[in-house]
Amino acid sequence: MDIVLGITTKDAVIIATSKAAVRGISILKVTDDKTRQLSDNSLMAFTGEAGDTVQFAELIQANARLYSMRNGVDLSPTAISNFTRNELANALRSRKPFQVNVLIAGFDKKTNKSSLNWIDYLAANVSLPYAAHGYASYYTLSLLDRHHKKDMNLEEGLELLKACIAELQKRIPFDFKGVYVKIVDKDGVRDLDDIE
Amino acid sequence: MDTISSRFTSASAMALGNDNCNEFNPDGFLDAPSLSLPPISQPAAFLRAHTDDASNRDCTIKVNHGTTTLAFRFQGGIVVAVDSRATAGNWIASQTVKKVIEINPFLLGTMAGGAADCQYWETWLGTQCRLHELRSKERISVAAASKMLSNLVYSYKGMGLSMGTMVCGYTEREGPTIYYVDSDGTRLKGDMFCVGSGQTFAYGVLDASYKWDLSVDEALALGKRSILAATHRDAYSGGSINLYHVTQDGWVYHGNYDVGTTFWETKAKEESFNNVKVEL
Repeated sequence: MDIVLGITTKDAVIIATSKAAVRGISILKVTDDKTRQLSDNSLMAFTGEAGDTVQFAELIQANARLYSMRNGVDLSPTAISNFTRNELANALRSRKPFQVNVLIAGFDKKTNKSSLNWIDYLAANVSLPYAAHGYASYYTLSLLDRHHKKDMNLEEGLELLKACIAELQKRIPFDFKGVYVKIVDKDGVRDLDDIE
Repeated sequence: MDTISSRFTSASAMALGNDNCNEFNPDGFLDAPSLSLPPISQPAAFLRAHTDDASNRDCTIKVNHGTTTLAFRFQGGIVVAVDSRATAGNWIASQTVKKVIEINPFLLGTMAGGAADCQYWETWLGTQCRLHELRSKERISVAAASKMLSNLVYSYKGMGLSMGTMVCGYTEREGPTIYYVDSDGTRLKGDMFCVGSGQTFAYGVLDASYKWDLSVDEALALGKRSILAATHRDAYSGGSINLYHVTQDGWVYHGNYDVGTTFWETKAKEESFNNVKVEL
């Protein structure tokens, strides 16, 4: 039920995640951040089984940091995505798989390119110009198919995101309490004012 | 008294599914409306056992289900757009289904859910509308037509009917009007509806660009584009797009567009569908 959206622009990736933490028929928290920063220039947004999500995100986060400390260089966003996929693939055939779906947004400083990877709990890893997990994808993908353009600038990207959120607020039959918006670009990861 | 009660008892025994399921009316005394039922004790359970693909993969009948249909009101009347794919389970049964049923020159019905249910009951609705016209010497209102359909499906509630339909039309009194009617018995008047497995994808495109002041050409293009979006993302929608425009002079057919060719034309023109790569 959580909303996780990602949109790439020419030199940044925009990530939006819903603020509501829902268990059963109650909203337990309205300021839940469903993202973790993995390195200076990459961010993971996640949804899935309660408990698994944060455990998994922090496992990847810790391993990415460990790699940087040992080797003195950050893993590229692509490398982090492949590592994440691998962890999910191994977990999938274990006694207790991670039921976690993630988006990995990154900006590769070597190639100067933004990237967005869509990875699900079955360990499928796809690089896409825009992506969403869960029910949100049913409402937003057609809209993104229509309005997303190659090499959009950040302002255009945010306008597109606003259109997506407006559609979700209009059609999704529950209150997801707005979204947190984060930008991943050459300067790192930064928060944006919330879209209510 | 006994004779009366025995008649009513036999009528209710009929509902429980005795063999003699036709109207029991020996001397015309009992003139109450009755419902023909199949000779089975529990029609709903029977139908579920034989048609529900999810609970029984080997079910003998697979009902056609997936669809995208839409209709919206705007300044210039109503636009109705539908896809043309019929699926039975994972099988694409047809790519050339007519999902808009032309009830009469001023009324259109759309088809989502069970193909047979929609087709049968909407043609039935057509005959009822014609009878109304002959009896009262005026065209039936959209409200009345849609209510006949909703009352009919409601009388079969719980017995496995599956339909999601929009009754669209124009009358002098009502103006351009859309009613959503489904087999639960829901009947809603509204300005915009998308119905079927691809509804969310159609809503996504439609909501983002919809304005009341759309020109007729813009509205037709938007309806067509919304169905295209749904056929792109929903596996159970596809084939071709059928377009209609409803005005005070009745409905006008605006053509059939193959999704295959329309997609590549649209992608090139709009520079959209960026998840689909042209070059490898």
